[in-house]
Amino acid sequence: MRHLPLYFAVLGSSFRRYSTYRLATAAGVFTNTVFGFIVAYTYIALWSQRPELGGYDQAQALTFVWLGQALLAATALMGGGAQEELEARIRTGDVAVDLYRPVDLQAWWLAADLGRAAFQLLGRGIVPMLVGAFAFQLALPTAPLTWAVFAVSVLLAVVVGYALRYLLALTTFWLMDAAGLSTVGVLLSIFFSGMLLPLTVFPGTFGEVVRQLPWAAMLQVPADVLLEERAGAGSLARALGFQAGWALVLLAAGRALQSVATRKVVVQGG
Amino acid sequence: MVERIWWGTRAYCLIVGMWVRATLTYRTSFLMMAVGNLVTTLLDFAAIAIMFMHVDELGGFSLAEVAFLYGTSCTAFGLADLLLGSLSSIGSRVRDGTVDTLLVRPVPVLVQAAADRFALRRIGRMLQGLLLLGWALSGLDIDWTPVNVLLVPVMLLSGAAIFAAVYVLGGAFQFWAQDAAEVQSAFTYGGTTLLQYPPTIFAEDLLRGVTFVVPLAFVNWLPALRVLGRDDPLGLPGWVDFASPAVAVACCAVAGLAWRAGLRGYQSTGS
Repeated sequence: MRHLPLYFAVLGSSFRRYSTYRLATAAGVFTNTVFGFIVAYTYIALWSQRPELGGYDQAQALTFVWLGQALLAATALMGGGAQEELEARIRTGDVAVDLYRPVDLQAWWLAADLGRAAFQLLGRGIVPMLVGAFAFQLALPTAPLTWAVFAVSVLLAVVVGYALRYLLALTTFWLMDAAGLSTVGVLLSIFFSGMLLPLTVFPGTFGEVVRQLPWAAMLQVPADVLLEERAGAGSLARALGFQAGWALVLLAAGRALQSVATRKVVVQGG
Repeated sequence: MVERIWWGTRAYCLIVGMWVRATLTYRTSFLMMAVGNLVTTLLDFAAIAIMFMHVDELGGFSLAEVAFLYGTSCTAFGLADLLLGSLSSIGSRVRDGTVDTLLVRPVPVLVQAAADRFALRRIGRMLQGLLLLGWALSGLDIDWTPVNVLLVPVMLLSGAAIFAAVYVLGGAFQFWAQDAAEVQSAFTYGGTTLLQYPPTIFAEDLLRGVTFVVPLAFVNWLPALRVLGRDDPLGLPGWVDFASPAVAVACCAVAGLAWRAGLRGYQSTGS
């Protein structure tokens, strides 16, 4: 990690870059808010019949909705960010230049993606959350420790999301057009992260399995931390450990796939 | 006028045909993606099915009735998305000035923008909608009067036309606000999500908004409630259930005018 200052510079410029897309940010906030309202009403219909469904009361369920909308852009559940740009560079062959550089490809894009996520967490997360809190009764925690652990959990959620999208982006080396696979990736992450319905509501063994998949680390786990469903040092450590574990496994898989790709595949135009 | 529409449609088909041929060059990849897309879009409905594992009805509607709403909404949106989905990326063309290329070709810009990078894989959403619609119809006990029989296809086509108008309006909006493509998603993806659920669960102000301001309620809610033999929560007069085609025509006219205004306001990117 002798290039650490460099990666921080990349992170900072990526943050600044996204902060210049003001209109796009406003548009995203508007869309997140509209979706927040739609989903909130469906959850009210569900929870008014089954209070305590999935271990949440109605206020917690609604907090889950608005948290999902607030984190949607930051964790890039809908794809985009580093994935889109790396795919374009692989498709055009520009990635050859990236591979020449004396920096690590995966770490470079991770830094860029963290910068993007940091901006989108602030720019696209705060307003929908505030609107949700004004329009509905939410269950937000008051303990500073909860918020601190939540912050770490969100960071890990972003890293897991990046690691998954990096893997998807690398498939462009073979597929040339990863658009179809990206769509599948988005639909999978929307469903298995808990964005459509909290994973605690999923029934039986299916629910058990789904809660152990990497996508759970992207929304379900941070939500449970914020809703104080994960309380106590042991439970919180397990939550963060689960996320960190998946982050490491997926980042390692990304490195493995990258070395296969760069060894065996002929770069476009090269 | 008729000749122009004929030429526009023909040109659209030619450009789409070109992109389909390009897609099918990688046949295995395309088939994998199409199947993958169909299976994964079904996950969207799976979430609703999981809800119904915990409750018998949502807002007074059974699973089959919600599936009917879901199927009609998804089919209408899927058709519009398949045909015009590419319009949502016109903003990036405005930004980098490549609309110039479209302007010098002897084909309407709307046709070129809509057919650009036509993605056949988007057919998955429509297929999923039809699949669920079929399933819902087999499970529902509907009084199949001639009116109801006719109302279903009319609803799907006018619904697709209303969503198409939303796409064109959104495209026109991007001539002014190139980066604001995501606002469109609130009405397209947000709209189809809203219409998948029974109107009874939403606040009345929201229902009024999607009836009178952005007339999405005419896509499926109003005609579907008639087919299902239910009253609409706003208590509108009965004839509005049949107003979808007229609303669709009006929406398309407004969208067409907005598109012209947008295109006329287009300024290229300088030297």
